[in-house]
Amino acid sequence: MSACGGVGLPDQAALDVLCPMHARMDRQGRIVHAGPMLAKLDKGCGLAGRRFLEVFEVRRPRIHDRVEALIGRGPARLRLRLRQPPGTGLKGVLVPVPCGAVVNLSFGIALQEAVRDFALTAGDFASTDLAIEMLYLIEAKSAAMEASRKLNLRLQGARIAAEEKAFTDTLTGLGNRRALEPVLTRLIDTESDFALLNLDLDFFKAVNDTLGHAAGDHVLRLAARIMQDETRESDRVLRLGGDEFVVILQGPGVGARVDDIATRLIARLRAPMIWEGRTCSVSASIGVSLSRDYLVQEAGAMIAAMMEDADRALYAAKALGRGRHVINDPAGGVGPMAG
Amino acid sequence: MQGLVNRAVERFVRDTYGRTTWLEIMRGLDLGFSEFEAMLNYDPDITPRLLMAVAAALDRPETDILEDIGTYLVSHPNAAAVRRLLRFGGDTFEEVLHSLEDLPGRAALAVPDLYLPPMDVSEQAGGLFCLRIGTRDRPGQGYGHLAVGLFRALADDYGALVMLDHKGAEAGTEHVQIEFLSADHAEGRRFSLGAAG
Repeated sequence: MSACGGVGLPDQAALDVLCPMHARMDRQGRIVHAGPMLAKLDKGCGLAGRRFLEVFEVRRPRIHDRVEALIGRGPARLRLRLRQPPGTGLKGVLVPVPCGAVVNLSFGIALQEAVRDFALTAGDFASTDLAIEMLYLIEAKSAAMEASRKLNLRLQGARIAAEEKAFTDTLTGLGNRRALEPVLTRLIDTESDFALLNLDLDFFKAVNDTLGHAAGDHVLRLAARIMQDETRESDRVLRLGGDEFVVILQGPGVGARVDDIATRLIARLRAPMIWEGRTCSVSASIGVSLSRDYLVQEAGAMIAAMMEDADRALYAAKALGRGRHVINDPAGGVGPMAG
Repeated sequence: MQGLVNRAVERFVRDTYGRTTWLEIMRGLDLGFSEFEAMLNYDPDITPRLLMAVAAALDRPETDILEDIGTYLVSHPNAAAVRRLLRFGGDTFEEVLHSLEDLPGRAALAVPDLYLPPMDVSEQAGGLFCLRIGTRDRPGQGYGHLAVGLFRALADDYGALVMLDHKGAEAGTEHVQIEFLSADHAEGRRFSLGAAG
């Protein structure tokens, strides 16, 4: 060893401070000395005296466990892995010296796990090592990121709630006028078959005028529930305002369902509703337009046309004496149907 | 990032005096909300108003409140992240004192738009440290009082014995005197680099 002392390397004690993760090995690849931090990686019998390749698996460059292949060359960058658990990944550099080689190692990206696995402290690292700054940065950024993530979740929750509120009629819990266009647009864009029922409560104004707004609100809530009861999960019921409702029926065979559902809706809405012991009598008129009667076109134009036709059908139903439904006749004019 | 500062005041009040006290303070300020978001920016004028309101509600001088907030940040479990980040400053309390000048830089690494006044530390004879916080252009804004509470608690955390004293402010600079009596006065709290991973 003394013959190798004067080759220009700093002495052992100096090297331990400068590179606490270094190892010296002899020409046979046996570890002659391990720096204080590297020594911490072996919890058992100590590193000195063991073969370097028995402790570390060299993954790059490929040397097929022949240590001469390393020591014989010039300085080499290494990728290694600790053979014993937890199999920590390491990066390093090997420099041949006359009596063997010096390897300096570092944890690279596995730093955080390594610090935990080997209970390392700031004092273990060389004072020039940026590891502590890196750990600090990881922790500080994670804390800031976590705070941002929570804020995003809260903002997203608030946005969804605000959106729901904006599209909901507070009295009945049904969708409101703002919900109409998105619902219809989606149906038109997916070329779904649907029926648009424009429904007005008849004699509602009389209930409001004689029994007061509380009675009117009660009737609107009951009417909303009836419409939801009589339609399917996939159908939509909206309240556009006042006593104006829209029922959108969808799914296959919707044309065949329309008469049946409209008739049942009117029958149930016509049944007397009781509010604080008093009877409220309303009925309903319905105008219908069917998507199948329209050429596929841009959603906005189709919505306008269908709403207009359903409206016209509704007025026809009213003109025929209320309490009935009328389906828009695409051939022009509207065909009266039994109420 | 004034939100982080306001949020710290909020956590301190809520964790120490309860939510009711906090909500009363916020009602009095009439800002239109009852909680601060750490990651949002607020009008910088809100912070001094908030501190004044907290001091009035608790009937204590503002400087005491700031000192208590400093202590809270190091010692309360709900602020554990702050304590950990401060402990990265060094293995001993003395090292932390010497690394103080890095603190605004470290804070900026984590949260770029957090304002911390510049600080420097000088060691005088006999274990006496003098901490200067703020300059004429970037005033201390009471951080000196916060520092007194914070470093008192941090010294405890390291098991060191120190005496801290706020010596007042002039031209934007607050002076805090730290007398270092013993590095290993008591058993400190454990700190491991990898604990939070």
